[in-house]
Amino acid sequence: MGRKYKLFILALLVIGAGLLTLIVMHRNNFAVLNPEGTIAAQQRNLLVFAAGLSLVVVIPVFILVFHIAWKYRANNTKATYMPDWSGSRKLEFVWWGIPLVLITILAVITWQSSHALDPYKPLASTKKPITIQVVALDWKWLFLYPEQRIATVNYIAFPEKTPVNLKITSDAPMNSLWIPKLGGQVYAMAGMQTQLHLMADKEGVYNGSSANISGEGFAGMTFKARSSSASNFTEWVHDVQQSSKTLTDAEYTRLAKPSKNNPESFYASYESGLYDTIMMKYMMHGGAHNGHMSHELAEGTSHETMRH
Amino acid sequence: MLGRLTWDALPHGMIASGGAVSMVLGVLVVMLVLTYFKKWKWLWQEWLTSLDPKKIGVMYAIVAGLMLLRGAVDAGMMRTQQALSTGNSHGILSSDHFQQVFSAHGTIMIFFVAMGLVFAVMNLIIPLQIGARDVAFPFLNSVSFWLFVAGMMLMNISLIIGEFSPAGWLAYPPLSEVAYSPGVGVDYWIWALQIAGIGSLLSGVNFLVTIIKMRAPGMTLMKMPIFVWSCLGSLTLILFAFPILTATLALLALDRLLGMHFFTSELGGNPMMYINLIWAWGHPEVYILVLPAFGIFSEIVPTFSGKKLFGYTSMVWAIAAITFLSFTVWLHHFFTMGAGANVNAFFGIMTMIIAVPTGVKVFNWLFTMYRGRIRFTTPMLWFMGFVTTFTIGGVTGVLMAVPAIDFQVHNSLFLVAHFHNMIIGGVVFGMFAGLTYWWPKFTGFTLNETLGKWAFACWLIGFLLAFMPLYALGLMGATRRLDHYDASLGWQPLFIVAAIGVAIIGLGVALQLTQFGYSIWKRKENRVTGDPWNGRTLEWSTTSPPPFYNFATTPHVAERDAFWAVKQAGKTTLAPAENIYLPKNTGAGIIIAAFAFIGGFAIIWHIWWLLVLGLIGILVSLIVRLSQDEVEYVVTASEVAKLETQRRKQPA
Repeated sequence: MGRKYKLFILALLVIGAGLLTLIVMHRNNFAVLNPEGTIAAQQRNLLVFAAGLSLVVVIPVFILVFHIAWKYRANNTKATYMPDWSGSRKLEFVWWGIPLVLITILAVITWQSSHALDPYKPLASTKKPITIQVVALDWKWLFLYPEQRIATVNYIAFPEKTPVNLKITSDAPMNSLWIPKLGGQVYAMAGMQTQLHLMADKEGVYNGSSANISGEGFAGMTFKARSSSASNFTEWVHDVQQSSKTLTDAEYTRLAKPSKNNPESFYASYESGLYDTIMMKYMMHGGAHNGHMSHELAEGTSHETMRH
Repeated sequence: MLGRLTWDALPHGMIASGGAVSMVLGVLVVMLVLTYFKKWKWLWQEWLTSLDPKKIGVMYAIVAGLMLLRGAVDAGMMRTQQALSTGNSHGILSSDHFQQVFSAHGTIMIFFVAMGLVFAVMNLIIPLQIGARDVAFPFLNSVSFWLFVAGMMLMNISLIIGEFSPAGWLAYPPLSEVAYSPGVGVDYWIWALQIAGIGSLLSGVNFLVTIIKMRAPGMTLMKMPIFVWSCLGSLTLILFAFPILTATLALLALDRLLGMHFFTSELGGNPMMYINLIWAWGHPEVYILVLPAFGIFSEIVPTFSGKKLFGYTSMVWAIAAITFLSFTVWLHHFFTMGAGANVNAFFGIMTMIIAVPTGVKVFNWLFTMYRGRIRFTTPMLWFMGFVTTFTIGGVTGVLMAVPAIDFQVHNSLFLVAHFHNMIIGGVVFGMFAGLTYWWPKFTGFTLNETLGKWAFACWLIGFLLAFMPLYALGLMGATRRLDHYDASLGWQPLFIVAAIGVAIIGLGVALQLTQFGYSIWKRKENRVTGDPWNGRTLEWSTTSPPPFYNFATTPHVAERDAFWAVKQAGKTTLAPAENIYLPKNTGAGIIIAAFAFIGGFAIIWHIWWLLVLGLIGILVSLIVRLSQDEVEYVVTASEVAKLETQRRKQPA
């Protein structure tokens, strides 16, 4: 092997080692790999398992690649040379077969996990879930608490070890709600409602963001999600209820206008029916079947994406 | 009179103006050089009006190469921005400009680089490998190429006049609707792609018919070189996928131009429909690009291993399986849109199944090398780089095919790392391997190996540095397309590494340019005649470069690896030449595309009289062209015989 090749392989090893060091140094930043919510933890386990299963194929392939390349290099005249050998039923059966078996295993896991971790599925718990309605705006997140009657911008709080039922819509382009430490994302779309069910295992403050580009201020659509003890949460709700601002129609109209890097803000109350109004306004203008749609909504069978 | 076009459309700000000025200067310099050396006539007669697929192929490669440079500059700007823009620093670009840059980067790299390179190799290699002298519809081929150029020019003129789309490379509505993107940016995106896309669709039909109808006598389907099989898969996908793109873009254009509501949020429109449609094209598109790259490797590995391709029949079935399956997986691009568990699981499993035929191909390549005599030339190094990086990309792809995992990595930099793994490691490495391998076929001299190997080393190291950190960043919760992020997240070191990686890839590109220049300068030292690599397929049976008629006599094929069989049998005698009919040059292709460009520009800026002019121009030039009777000329057998003896005496 030439000096240059050795140098090249050395360079690759150095890069590998360097990257690994960098990654180990920053291991605490890996939100997806250090979950603090029940959903995120299961998603992490699945990721690790599937990656391990893939290695069953990948490691032999890598060994084969370098072994074959080295052994059958042109100047190794001692190696067997069979220029016309071009097929073997047995061998080909092996490499159609083994991946097929692995993929079958993974397919079973995929089927089960897709159902078990369906973001629309309510989480089992002895505690009463808390519902939060989410509206993606240009470029901030509005959170409404229908039970507590409060509203927040770019900040949510909820009690630990309690299921959080998020009902998500948008009054802006499509966004995607993602809190990596707690679990995977779902799109926020205007005139429609999607759902996400999460639960934090302990107290903590987690980063949330929009994962889908929605325009100029999209990078600033970050928020904090705080999980606290039940008593702290009640206290917080009480504090917000005391705050001076209320989310009137006029205030909502102002809030819905495009603005970047919005600070956290808190509203003691909001106009009742605001969430439905936001969803409905995309169906209200013209069209013969509007009455039917609003009737449906009034009945409580809200318009859910792709779930009819 | 000029619709929305005003002086305001000229670029503002340092970086935007810099881009515009450097592009204008570049075009001016080329024009001056052409004028100074009095080369305009030569350019028009020998190249622009040519219907020879070899020349059209070269022009595709040049356009794609230039676009690669622009796309790479965009990539450099993006990673520079992200390496700097954290905490109080906001980097070098405004949010809007940054968003235009990444939208342009994606659009250019897929539509004008990867597609351009694919059509370049198809034009150059398919006719030669099937023993044909031309494609099925030579004039259509010229129209397709020039429509591709018209789209490319529209895309680039947005640098100077107006702006480009900031809505991402697939312009999801409702963001791309007038309500949220009222400017001309999205219109530039729509019409550049619409015009280039129609060119691609026409090319797809053309080469599909070429492969089916124009193979040399004796070349049954199961005797075709695997590259041709791969292209057949890719072209079938073009035939079914590109009409979807055309229709989707047309509907979005109707929304924007006539106030319709196909994809708006209100009035019964549905953005989810667009997202389904665009990926019903978009996922097959990935395989449209990667199948020809697989095909290139299937030619290179046997040649440099001095051995027959292992498992030919398996390879054909793998291609067929991939072609079919690629239409059954589009929903995996949006598991997060709220579909039910059954739907998500179905598309996840279909996606994983594609890993099986792809894996089969990898094993077949490896066992082609097994018990061979492998020469590690540059094309073979690209193969080694491909097989290792592509495998990593395959694994991350399978991971993301599990919907529950996808929820945690979708739209993150993990996803960005994955598809660059596939497209750089697969498509780009494949095209570079093919470029090095077939370069002597069309120039008569090989590329400098030393510079080629250094370029490869830079690309591979740069690629690893630029994209492995992105996997890590994705797992840290970094989403794609961020022009700024909070300093407390700890992402900056990895973004800096990624930026260094891009710089090293840039060095690789510079080395490739040097390699071309140096090899052309020293071409006398690397002269070859017909068959520099000890090739196996028909393209190597004619001289390098091939004569304009490709083959003096139509080859007769009895086996796979037709040329290898001939060489083994030791019969290379020349049969007597025959009369050859070839298409005459025509300027109609470039003229039609020029009118398409004018029409596209007019519709973007709402200049309606100019649009009418463009449409009438297209129609009239088509009628004129189609009324011409004598579109072919004949090279008589005696002329061919004369040319052949001349050519074989003095190599190019």
